Amino acid sequence: MLEDLTNWAPQLLTGLGLTVELTFGGMAIALVLALLLALGRISSSRWLRVPAAAFVELIRGSPLLLQLFYIYYVLPAVGLRLSPIMAGLIGLGINYGAYLSEVFRAGIVAVGRGQREAAESLGMSEGQTLRFVILPQAWRIVIPPTGNYFVSMFKDTALVSTISLAELMFQGQLIASDTFRYMTIYSIIFVIYVVISIPASMGVRWLELYFNRSMSSR
Amino acid sequence: MAKKIIEVQGLEKFYGSIQVLHGVDLTIMAGEVVVVIGASGSGKSTLIRCINGLEMFNGGDILIDGYILTPARTNNRQNREELKKIRREVGMVFQQFNLFPHKTVLENVTLAPVQVRKLAKDKATAGALRLLERVGLSDQVHKYPGQLSGGQQQRVAIARSLAMEPRVMLFDEPTSALDPEMVGEVLEVMRGLANEGMTMIVVTHEMGFAREVADRVVYIDHGRILEQGPPDAIFDNPQQERTKTFLSRVLRH
Ligand SMILES: Nc1ncnc2c1ncn2[C@@H]1O[C@H](COP(=O)(O)OP(=O)(O)OP(=O)(O)O)[C@@H](O)[C@H]1O
Ligand SMILES: [Mg+2]
Repeated sequence: MLEDLTNWAPQLLTGLGLTVELTFGGMAIALVLALLLALGRISSSRWLRVPAAAFVELIRGSPLLLQLFYIYYVLPAVGLRLSPIMAGLIGLGINYGAYLSEVFRAGIVAVGRGQREAAESLGMSEGQTLRFVILPQAWRIVIPPTGNYFVSMFKDTALVSTISLAELMFQGQLIASDTFRYMTIYSIIFVIYVVISIPASMGVRWLELYFNRSMSSR
Repeated sequence: MAKKIIEVQGLEKFYGSIQVLHGVDLTIMAGEVVVVIGASGSGKSTLIRCINGLEMFNGGDILIDGYILTPARTNNRQNREELKKIRREVGMVFQQFNLFPHKTVLENVTLAPVQVRKLAKDKATAGALRLLERVGLSDQVHKYPGQLSGGQQQRVAIARSLAMEPRVMLFDEPTSALDPEMVGEVLEVMRGLANEGMTMIVVTHEMGFAREVADRVVYIDHGRILEQGPPDAIFDNPQQERTKTFLSRVLRH
């Protein structure tokens, strides 16, 4: 087993590297998209509100796997050909962006009307109000749930193995089909995911406590 | 002869199908202190919130020092600029203070001057420190609002508003959320402002303050101004039955 591990290590590490890249890259896209969608959904303009809401519902109403297939296999038919990595990043980013936008929206709404009115009554524009008053407070509310999505994304990257991206799961499948040692390899993969995601979850919980404490001391 | 600074004409306001202001006319002279009284739900907050454009309205207009708010204008994005100018003329103090909890006392006061008036940071800070001294909070400037008492927070809120150098200050029940022992310190600051000649519209249940500081008391009943006049006249010799009933209820305790 130890020998197996050393033999497979380079391949697994390459896979893990890609998994981590996909997690961070996908999350970066998701965060930007989520902010835009959340702002769209609370906008006073119906022309922003309705499309943003429709988009979020579409994405939340369908499986991530289907979305990945759609981006990778269907979009080329209309002339948009994406590399597997781009398709994977965009698929993950869009899916998580939709879910996170709900978190962001709730965070922004939780800041409360009084804060907005105070800023407005001081003559601040909508943009200034958002930037200096609303978002800095929403941020503290939003960080812990966003952390959970981060950990969740780490695990969901396994789905992009289906569009031939050689991340951790895919590498495991390759090794398995070469050696037929399903139990050993998938157990190793299992452990790798868990060893990363459990401490990460604990870190998020710690963050949550930290933010709760620092908020109530104010 | 003092100059008119605010003129509210025929103000109509609906929430859905419910009318909460029925053709309110109110003229305020520069330097005047007007106290607005009335039962809960009579439309006091709605009236002053219309005056700085926090609330849209459905009819009438509001003139503020040469600027004009109309129903269309509060609704219309092209006139946001006009609204912005009005808000710079008019400061507002809320019942719940609404300080920015993530900013220090000093930052609360300098934020709008730096961002809106585009003052240099050191100028804004110097101004803020002066104002904070005036409201008696020089030793609290680096604290966060959550570390202050309600009375202190409300004084910061007043300083924050004054930092925009408004020509009119609106107060919506500034002491109603305070513990009784803190009411005095906030009224004291307001009294000081009044003495310096600030134009003020104050919604309050503090009848002692009204009697002492107000030039005029306005009684609102179900969205209409029923009676107004000098405090002594309103309190000692109200003309309307409803005013009498209201006053006997609030003055009893
Ligand atoms: N956002 C709103 N939506 C619907 N109705 C509202 C809203 N705000 C106020 N109202 C209603 O409008 C009426 C006037 O409210 P307003 O807050 O101006 O009264 P007020 O005189 O300030 O009362 P209080 O002394 O309780 O503060 C009330 O009947 C109230 O229920
Ligand atoms: Mg009110």
